[in-house]
Amino acid sequence: MLRTALRNLLAHKTRLLMTALAVLLGTAFVSGTLVFSDSVGSAFRNKMAKSLDDVAVSVTPGPRSAKGHAGALDDRLVERIRALPGVASVRPSVDGTVTVADRKGNPAGSEWGSAGANYVPGKDGKDSRYPLVQGRGPAADGEIALDVRTAGKTGAKVGDTVRLAVDGPVMTKKLVGTVKTDDPRVGAGGSLALFDTPTARKLFGKPGEFTELVIAATPGTDQKALTGAVRGILPDGAEAQSGADLAAAQSTMIDHQTKSIRTTFLVFAGISLFVGVFIIANTFTMLVSQRSREIALLRAVGASRRQVVRSVLIEAGLLGLAASAAGFVLGLGIAAGLRPALNATGASLPDGPLVIAPTAVLSSLAVGVLVTALAAWLPSRRAARIAPVEALAAVDQAPAARGLVVRNTIGGVLTALGVAVMLYVTGYRDTSGVGLAMTGSVLTLTGVIVLAPLLSRPFVLLAGKAGVRLFGVDGKLARENALRNPRRTAATASALMIGLTLITGLTVGAVSAGHGMDKLGRQDLTADYKVSSTGFHGLSPEVAKTLAAQPGVAAAVPLRTVGFERDGAPALALGTRPGAVGEVTGVRMVSGSLSDVRGTGSVAVAEPYAKLKGIGPGDRLPMDFYDGKKAAPRVVAIYADNDVLADVLADPALLDPHMEKVADDQVLVKAAPGQAAGLPEKIKESLGRNPAVKVESQEDMRRAAAGNIDSVLYLMYGLLGMAVVIAVIGVVNTLAMSVFERTREIGMLRAIGLARTGVKRMVRLESVMIAMFGAVLGVGVGIFLAWSAGHMLRSSFPQYELVLPWGRLALFLLIAPVVGVLAALWPARRAARLNMLEAIGAQ
Amino acid sequence: MSPTAPYAAPLAPVGAVAARATDLSKVYGRGETRVAALDSVSVEFRRAQFTAIMGPSGSGKSTLMHCMAGLDSISSGSTRIGDVELGSLGDRQLTKLRRDRIGFVFQAFNLLPTLSALENITLPLDIAGRKPDPAWLQQIVATLGLSGRLAHRPSQLSGGQQQRVAVARALTSRPEIVFADEPTGNLDSRSGAELLGFLHESVRALQQTIVMVTHDPVAASYADRVVFLADGRIVDEMYEPTADAVLDRMRRFPGGNPRTPASDTQGRTS
Repeated sequence: MLRTALRNLLAHKTRLLMTALAVLLGTAFVSGTLVFSDSVGSAFRNKMAKSLDDVAVSVTPGPRSAKGHAGALDDRLVERIRALPGVASVRPSVDGTVTVADRKGNPAGSEWGSAGANYVPGKDGKDSRYPLVQGRGPAADGEIALDVRTAGKTGAKVGDTVRLAVDGPVMTKKLVGTVKTDDPRVGAGGSLALFDTPTARKLFGKPGEFTELVIAATPGTDQKALTGAVRGILPDGAEAQSGADLAAAQSTMIDHQTKSIRTTFLVFAGISLFVGVFIIANTFTMLVSQRSREIALLRAVGASRRQVVRSVLIEAGLLGLAASAAGFVLGLGIAAGLRPALNATGASLPDGPLVIAPTAVLSSLAVGVLVTALAAWLPSRRAARIAPVEALAAVDQAPAARGLVVRNTIGGVLTALGVAVMLYVTGYRDTSGVGLAMTGSVLTLTGVIVLAPLLSRPFVLLAGKAGVRLFGVDGKLARENALRNPRRTAATASALMIGLTLITGLTVGAVSAGHGMDKLGRQDLTADYKVSSTGFHGLSPEVAKTLAAQPGVAAAVPLRTVGFERDGAPALALGTRPGAVGEVTGVRMVSGSLSDVRGTGSVAVAEPYAKLKGIGPGDRLPMDFYDGKKAAPRVVAIYADNDVLADVLADPALLDPHMEKVADDQVLVKAAPGQAAGLPEKIKESLGRNPAVKVESQEDMRRAAAGNIDSVLYLMYGLLGMAVVIAVIGVVNTLAMSVFERTREIGMLRAIGLARTGVKRMVRLESVMIAMFGAVLGVGVGIFLAWSAGHMLRSSFPQYELVLPWGRLALFLLIAPVVGVLAALWPARRAARLNMLEAIGAQ
Repeated sequence: MSPTAPYAAPLAPVGAVAARATDLSKVYGRGETRVAALDSVSVEFRRAQFTAIMGPSGSGKSTLMHCMAGLDSISSGSTRIGDVELGSLGDRQLTKLRRDRIGFVFQAFNLLPTLSALENITLPLDIAGRKPDPAWLQQIVATLGLSGRLAHRPSQLSGGQQQRVAVARALTSRPEIVFADEPTGNLDSRSGAELLGFLHESVRALQQTIVMVTHDPVAASYADRVVFLADGRIVDEMYEPTADAVLDRMRRFPGGNPRTPASDTQGRTS
């Protein structure tokens, strides 16, 4: 039987090409993911091991508080550590955030990657951590060195001045050198600015302190023992970690991250493979029916049913093996190409060889073989049912169509169950129904797939009506071909439907969420502009004062956040001018008035927090601040939940004493009537064109939020794209096999006068009908699932409501006929090129 | 022949030429492997006549039909349907010619399984985008005994009925000539005889022109004229043939061993 299977496989190479391609792409996705995540993980580990090579012990300070700085790292400590036996060197560093202005005055680095540090010259006057490219290291107050890329962005040459800001006003410093760095933040689009140690300490507000001490050991020193010795002389609060521990901790973190990426990708690879199942099943069903006489002959000469099943399964297994072996090779290519591709889009993945773990090889091959064999299982059972007597039938008769009654019943029940579950889910107001919604979605999708042959008939009849009207007899022939085998049409369309259901569901969900957020933003925030800091430092309180004095500004309301605990649970208080909050937000009062919140004795509380803590107007709110002090102001007002405002609103007089450094998170600006246009430029000008200050309009913020949603959505589209590509291959496959099956018909049609263009059009129209059927089902089911699951967001996100992005949905539906035409290119060409005489005489 | 002429009247004087081959040669291969399937064949088929082409296997009778019907290209010589020279036509024009002026009946697989009998019959007209002439259609259907079967799918019809639908389809566009390739090859002898009777009747009553390739002497005996082919040449012809006379003539071919109709139905299944 193995020989029969092998012979069959080789005899039908071209016919199996598309099926093999579907398996190949699926396994390539799997193996690419596995090899990529292994390789990136190992490259990260190597890089880290290299960067931790000289690190025997790392010392970090303890947490800061208003009482002072427990465990501060000072110069005396550095000297004491240097004196320890086994210490080769100590590199004391001072890190912070610095925003460097580019040519236009905007930040040169990304918001989260604007790094600043001290330059630590060694014995030769150079810092080995930052190799110089040009000039020299900074050595005085007014000097700065930049990484090469950032220097390029500022346009400054060595000797020129550079504008920069930390948390205060703009400063200028003289560029004395450019350096290379392997800092990952810089690699990811950030910037690096270097100062001499006293300047760095001053800028980052760490007088006499360091933020990290990196200790290198002399050869032969035991890391553990050294770490212990260092720990022995550290002040309370400061911590020492051995290089090995650091490496282990980071390794775990890397594993964790690569694993989560891998899981996400594998989910999508699984979807692609699932789509592939339909194509494989379709192919083997067609092969079995084409070969029914052969199989009947085998049965007649004594092959058992089991042998027939086994032969089909072995054939499928071999096909799966060959395809997944090729898929694995393609996967290697994907893994190798993914790193430069991702780096080109701004990621900074380290270089490294491809890591091909045996488990990656084995699991890719196993997945390919199993999926193929599993998909061929039902067709193999069908093959076993072929009676030996069919070998003797004189004339080829299409096997009598088996009834769809059982299938339709099962499909009806599954669909009804799925829809019922999803309708039940619409009763949920929170995400506790997620599991149920998943079950319902899977049931609905499966049910529709099972029902697809039944649904295909009315759809094709309807589409056929248009086809006949537009294309006459070609449309009629196409319609009849699409109707001829509803299972085949349905399976082909289902493959397409799965991808489109997911794409539609995600699109509808994301667009609805975006609209909800938009609405929320407009409701809660009425300010025209938001001024904030690009770094972590916040804005100096001077900024709000400057802005308030600016002509054209009606109100400039500063907001600063202070954390506190109540009964051990953390919460946030917002320090602001409570009376002015109404000018920049859409705050709605439940009771009291914000203008009553004054001084240290009173606060306003958000309604949800008040409910949660069971407090009302007149009650006292005990607050435990993180500097260890307590307060118990009286609640004088309750306001409705607002996205901009925190749990508690208070006067700065209450909160400022508990802040390590008083700074505003943001200043909300309301323009005077008719003055909104051009105000951002005036604001920037008034703040000295500070690169560390960001001015955003409502529209900017909305666009940024929408951009975030869109980039996630596009990633999803990309990952689901593979499933759609495989589905399109499935359409090609079905058409090509149908053309092969109908060779004689096509020959006859050509003989009695159907032109080549007519044959092509017939195949193309069938393809378009199948593709549109899949698209309509997919978009329909996707909308339904998104609608029903969306209800779960009602309590946490009341602004969410179903928004149908008609433009995009129409695009999905319009792409379907295009896909159909493209998928039909090759099969239609084949059909039109058939040699008429051979076709008529074909077996 | 004008498609608008009244159906009952003789469409053209008997004796006018419907198709003609002049010095027709068809060569396969080159050099050593060169095989002449047809070697300077000249033949005419007259209107309203039923001609059978006979010959042993490999005599070139199917090739002659394919070449004259525009299904296959020719190596030299010329072929005409009516006044149209086929050699000058491209694929598109040949397709149109086959659609409008030629009818075909094959040995098997004449019908689209997805279409009803009536839809199969009108298929060439549908492809041409023309409406069938109802009176003509009804006469064909009546002549071929297909009334009451028109709504059936091919799978619901017997083999003989299927071939009759094929004949009806070949006739519906009033072609200048109908080519039939072993039309009874897949039928039992009774259905075969019935079909041949219908073909004969189509020539008599409907004034159609039919050329039939066969190797069955009984089938040939239904024709008005038999053309004998051997090794790619026309070697003989016979008017008003009888089965015995045809069989007799066939026996005189070198290696000629015509099969009986009974063995045909078993031996030539596809």
